[in-house]
Amino acid sequence: MATQSPVYIAGAYEHPTREAPEKSTMQLHAEVARGALEDANLEKDSIDAYFTAGMPEYESGLTPLIMADYLGLDVSYADTTDFGGSSYISHVGHAVAAIRNGTCDVALITLAGRPRSRGQATGSGAREIRTTQDSFERIYGATNIGMYGMAAQRHMHEYGTTPEQLAEIRVAASHHAQFNEHAMYQDPVTVDDVVSSRVVADPLHLLDCCVISDGGGALLVVSEDVRSRLEHECVEVLGHGESIGHHQAGRIDLTRTAARESGSRAFDEAGLDPTDVDYASIYDSFTITVLEAIEDLGFCAKGDGGSFVEGGALKAPNGELPFNTDGGGLCSNHPANRGGMTKVIEAVRQLRGDANDEVQVDADIALAHGTGGSIGTRHGAATVVLGGEDR
Amino acid sequence: MSWEPRPTPEITPETKRYWSAAADETLLVRECGDCGLVHHYPRAYCPDCFSDDVNWREATGTGTVYSYSVTRTMSGWPDDDLPLIVAYVELDDGPRMLTNLDCDPEALDIGTRVEVRFVSLESADAAIPVFVPLEE
Ligand SMILES: [Zn+2]
Repeated sequence: MATQSPVYIAGAYEHPTREAPEKSTMQLHAEVARGALEDANLEKDSIDAYFTAGMPEYESGLTPLIMADYLGLDVSYADTTDFGGSSYISHVGHAVAAIRNGTCDVALITLAGRPRSRGQATGSGAREIRTTQDSFERIYGATNIGMYGMAAQRHMHEYGTTPEQLAEIRVAASHHAQFNEHAMYQDPVTVDDVVSSRVVADPLHLLDCCVISDGGGALLVVSEDVRSRLEHECVEVLGHGESIGHHQAGRIDLTRTAARESGSRAFDEAGLDPTDVDYASIYDSFTITVLEAIEDLGFCAKGDGGSFVEGGALKAPNGELPFNTDGGGLCSNHPANRGGMTKVIEAVRQLRGDANDEVQVDADIALAHGTGGSIGTRHGAATVVLGGEDR
Repeated sequence: MSWEPRPTPEITPETKRYWSAAADETLLVRECGDCGLVHHYPRAYCPDCFSDDVNWREATGTGTVYSYSVTRTMSGWPDDDLPLIVAYVELDDGPRMLTNLDCDPEALDIGTRVEVRFVSLESADAAIPVFVPLEE
């Protein structure tokens, strides 16, 4: 909004590793923090706010304390909002608010994790019973993919969506991944490859699922004052929105997500709408996650996601809505099983013209959206709308 | 059919009545005395109006499959229980309930009418509600 001071993402860094058996998770946090500082040409001492979500392997909400200690940070503001994979998009919005409030000038956001080195397999079932909900969900073997499978099943039932349409999402991601030297899976796949891969949980196949990778990423969000002292191109945060979707007291609707609220809030704040978006990073834990988000963010009507993604709409550079040009979580990277961070990073690359040449979009406005937790039970949705400085 | 070694519920003061009723082959839901909402999973407060006047009520035990997914492989899960059908059943009492369906996946579709069955636990005064297709 015109009355608010602009806030910028000045640094973004994605760890090139996808498997890090010899490193600690904290070490990965430090490496991505250093990478973001180098990208922004800022010194560590300039950091005065720190954002990170829980660290799954420590099951700890004390992560900002653990990490501020490890990294040697001296901060006046910290936030550990944990929306699962959408956390890091939420953190961008919270950092903007804290900076506009005058509480801080340079906010560091980090994510790191090593699920691959720890041997996690696709379709693993969480067995621990900790919350009241676990006693009514996990006892039934409610895995993440099983719950997203149910969402896909219901979407197909209500709207006639097909497995082949879901597969188009993987096909577009794999088309982009072939140009990313760091992507876990760089070979382009066809619709037939996806629908003939092993069914993990009906109707989702193995290739409907994201990768399991080690790694991480970091962002630096800065005030207008700090930005004015930097010479490289930064990215302006134009709008942010978030929401939590859940059981609705027993009325859960598996075909819609809280992206409807988070997206409209982000667009409202930015004074823009979906037709203004040149590039979108959309969290892709599973293909159905993307399909429902595309509808709920308003890129097409509810139920039309299947036909929307047919015919290459998601393919860069010329599709109607180029998405996840790094290959996304489906093909490139899904560090800590949390995809929000890499979504922001690729949107920043697109706006700065730093994406891989073959998939670089002429982008002035980008969107990054995350869906964390499970759309089958409860999930966080966070959306940011970003603008290039030359727009 | 034995439930263990699958995960078993943690029985708390808030949910003890639900689980012990299940051991007696009765499915309970909670109904709000103020706004009338019938909800599941059971909570001490109405998730619509925040009233604490929420009463236990016997459910009809019947419902309709809202959605389901068949899981063929799951690490750490007993092979005997695979494929596993996870489902939301929309109870005739109102709320959608996460559960398992104990049937042939081929005999199943969204909209299939189902009724509750209980699998008893050896380790506690509790049983697990699952659903099977309703015999017409
Ligand atoms: Zn009520």
